[in-house]
Amino acid sequence: MAGIAFPAPDAGIIARRAAILADLGRLVPAESLVTTEDECRAFETDALTAYRRMPLGVVLPTTTEEVAAVLAYCHREGVKVVPRGAGTSLCGGAIPQEDAVVLGLAKMNRVLDVNFGDRTIRVQAGITNLAVSAAVSAEGFFYAPDPSSQLACTIGGNIGMNSGGAHCLKYGVTTNNVLGVRMVLMDGTIVEIGGDALDSPGYDLLALVVGSEGQLGVVTEATLRILRAAEGARPVLFGFPSSEQAGSAVAAIIGSGIVPVAMEFMDKPAIEICEAFAKAGYPLDVEALLIIEVEGSDAEMDATLARIVAIAREHGVQTVRESKSAMETAAIWKGRKSAFGATGRIADYICMDGTIPTGQLPFVLRRMAEIVSSYNLRVANVFHAGDGNLHPLILYNVNDPEEARKAEEAGNDILRLCVEVGGCLTGEHGVGIEKRDLMRFQFTETDLAQQMRVRAVFDRGWLLNPAKVFPLDGRIAA
Amino acid sequence: MTDVLTPADAPETAAIMRAAAEARTPLAVEGGGTKAAMGRPAQAASTLSTRRMAGITLYEPAELVIAARSGTPLAEIERTLAERGQMLPFEPLDYRALLGSVGEPTVGGLVGANLSGPRRIAAGACRDSLIGVKMVNGRGEEVVSGGRVMKNVTGLDLARLLAGSWGTLAVFTEITFKVSPAPAHTATLVLHGLDDRRAIDALSQGLGSPFEVSGAAHLPGVIERVPKTLLRLEGFPASVAYRMGELRRLLSGFGRADVLEGDVVAALWRGIRDATFLAEPRDAAVWRVSIAPSKAAAFVAGLSEMLPFRHVYDWGGGLVWVGTSASDAGVAAVRAALVGSGGHATLVRAPAEVRASAPVFDPPAAGIAALTAGVKASFDPAGILNPGRMYAGL
Repeated sequence: MAGIAFPAPDAGIIARRAAILADLGRLVPAESLVTTEDECRAFETDALTAYRRMPLGVVLPTTTEEVAAVLAYCHREGVKVVPRGAGTSLCGGAIPQEDAVVLGLAKMNRVLDVNFGDRTIRVQAGITNLAVSAAVSAEGFFYAPDPSSQLACTIGGNIGMNSGGAHCLKYGVTTNNVLGVRMVLMDGTIVEIGGDALDSPGYDLLALVVGSEGQLGVVTEATLRILRAAEGARPVLFGFPSSEQAGSAVAAIIGSGIVPVAMEFMDKPAIEICEAFAKAGYPLDVEALLIIEVEGSDAEMDATLARIVAIAREHGVQTVRESKSAMETAAIWKGRKSAFGATGRIADYICMDGTIPTGQLPFVLRRMAEIVSSYNLRVANVFHAGDGNLHPLILYNVNDPEEARKAEEAGNDILRLCVEVGGCLTGEHGVGIEKRDLMRFQFTETDLAQQMRVRAVFDRGWLLNPAKVFPLDGRIAA
Repeated sequence: MTDVLTPADAPETAAIMRAAAEARTPLAVEGGGTKAAMGRPAQAASTLSTRRMAGITLYEPAELVIAARSGTPLAEIERTLAERGQMLPFEPLDYRALLGSVGEPTVGGLVGANLSGPRRIAAGACRDSLIGVKMVNGRGEEVVSGGRVMKNVTGLDLARLLAGSWGTLAVFTEITFKVSPAPAHTATLVLHGLDDRRAIDALSQGLGSPFEVSGAAHLPGVIERVPKTLLRLEGFPASVAYRMGELRRLLSGFGRADVLEGDVVAALWRGIRDATFLAEPRDAAVWRVSIAPSKAAAFVAGLSEMLPFRHVYDWGGGLVWVGTSASDAGVAAVRAALVGSGGHATLVRAPAEVRASAPVFDPPAAGIAALTAGVKASFDPAGILNPGRMYAGL
């Protein structure tokens, strides 16, 4: 694929590569500097693998002070910096460019402090999402945002992208679960934003930082809220003869005053792909599947599920299957969370991430099918039904340039559709390079200018992750 | 008395602000005016009131979303939601009792001050429920951030930045919230006679349990002589009954416990939400202190060596309301008692001369101050919006 443009590399910086890497080598331990082509190749892309660029070099600092030294140097020398967690971004948020240094946080992966009384944890930003929950699970606690990539993705990356997950219907996304960060600005200044109290004084700069896609600074530590897990959790599979009926059941459940912890939707192609991979017992004779998870004691879950089942029956549910064991529960979630990986076994795909008002669900599903078939492609749908966050997977053959181009165009048509019905381009994956050139479809020039002026307050020279989020033309420096 | 400008819509608001920016005429920004006595006293030639921009523009109960123009009375929103068994999750607090003000709080004012009540510990703050705003910035430009869907990471989150910016960056014209079902039933566990440390320990244990405590407050002898520690549970009746039984068992080591339900305890939670227990005496200053719960009792103990005061804990100890009759609002003592705690204090009520001379909001650290000034200039380069309301010179 080649639809997305990269800025022309700065030849002056590339000509100075050896000197720049030598200088960086004086700022970090020897094992923290990656310069050979073979080793740099591991950093040339992220989960948007159709695009790749070799970076100038890679630094993997071990302390906030090293991060500050590297950024201060790059600021002084005019070298661009691409921050990186685990490189799991689906929108190209961590893809480098030839004239930029990748600043990876992978070596800063420690838990610094846990306070169960205050229900907070302080971590370094390179720790994985799942390792945070693992650090507190023995005491019955967990960290709520749970992106599908949680085994690999880092908290720093989650903060950069304001990551969500399947359970954010009840527990919110990253911005609702971060209390404070230690962050290094492009000029090397170390700032503390927020803290360990619930409210912080002054402007809510933390809200700006979360979801800023590595453009405002490099987060090196974070204080996160941890929550006590419910006594139990049980997912139930509901198979419907049509997507419309599944969609109306979702609306009716929420309208009845029940907000389940998760409500996940899969269409028939997605059910088949995931069942073949996970053997989770998904019904194969239905058009649409909802995975609805409830929490609490056994009696509470029984009562809530009875209400949900009654509503589902009113909307023509065909199959209801409860998880009867922890193993079944694990298999049900494994199937859902492996949706992207399982799809990747049968075809190449691009994963969209638009959000729509849930009332528009039947219309949007119908239109998406029309759009994709008009390009002679196939689509599998998995998404968070409770909050309208869609993940259509458009299947194509990466070795066929014409088909790759069509897939990108179909994806863009779908995202425009999401905006047209009152939604947005991205619900949890971020803009990155992938949706950058669609930003003018959602925002006016005035809206974007206000965002860019704020961005420039933090990084006047546009050195941090510069090819992302904002269209390459018309950028505002201050 | 200053002029009051009352634009009918966003374009009229933008025209007023363009003219003010050009003339560099400061504007005081106001919704219902119920919080006019909060913040630093600002000097402004004119007041821009949002009161004519009123009315709910979107309500989709099945999508858990409501939008309203910024001058819409909060009461109208809450009434409309209640008719469909829903609510604003963050339990918005009402400063009228404390500030002795009259009138109707608006949604714009609510978001401008980012006001959250007891349920903040379980459901997040006002800013967490905020999913979209339409605004006019200090340049007189109409700007949109966020939208009407609850998951949206498209671009910088300017909407949440504006929550708690006290009208210094932009004037809201429309606000969109995500909402939640209102609980069918509420019950409150009351523990008696605990000192502050023991009380916060009980609250932390409750909040660290799986039983979904939605309110956790401690009243150290402010309503009766005997301290009361309160933990609230909400939900379907059978679920509340079950969890209450479990919570009682969990906290059985803290002595006698009663369960309260109904209107009396609902009024008690409103009192905690609005800090009405500190409304009298009227001349006393009132502080709102945000701090990690584990450090709250030590802060209070330290302060008690410097000042006479009364206090109430909410948010499991993470919010301490302090009322003091000290002549200068006890500014130096409150800030001294917070040193090294990571907590911070906001002066909610004090005579204007105290608010003019003492920082009402904690002054930001150097790096943050520079970013704050930059953000202000990016929205309002002429400095016309509520100048000085948050910080001197901003």
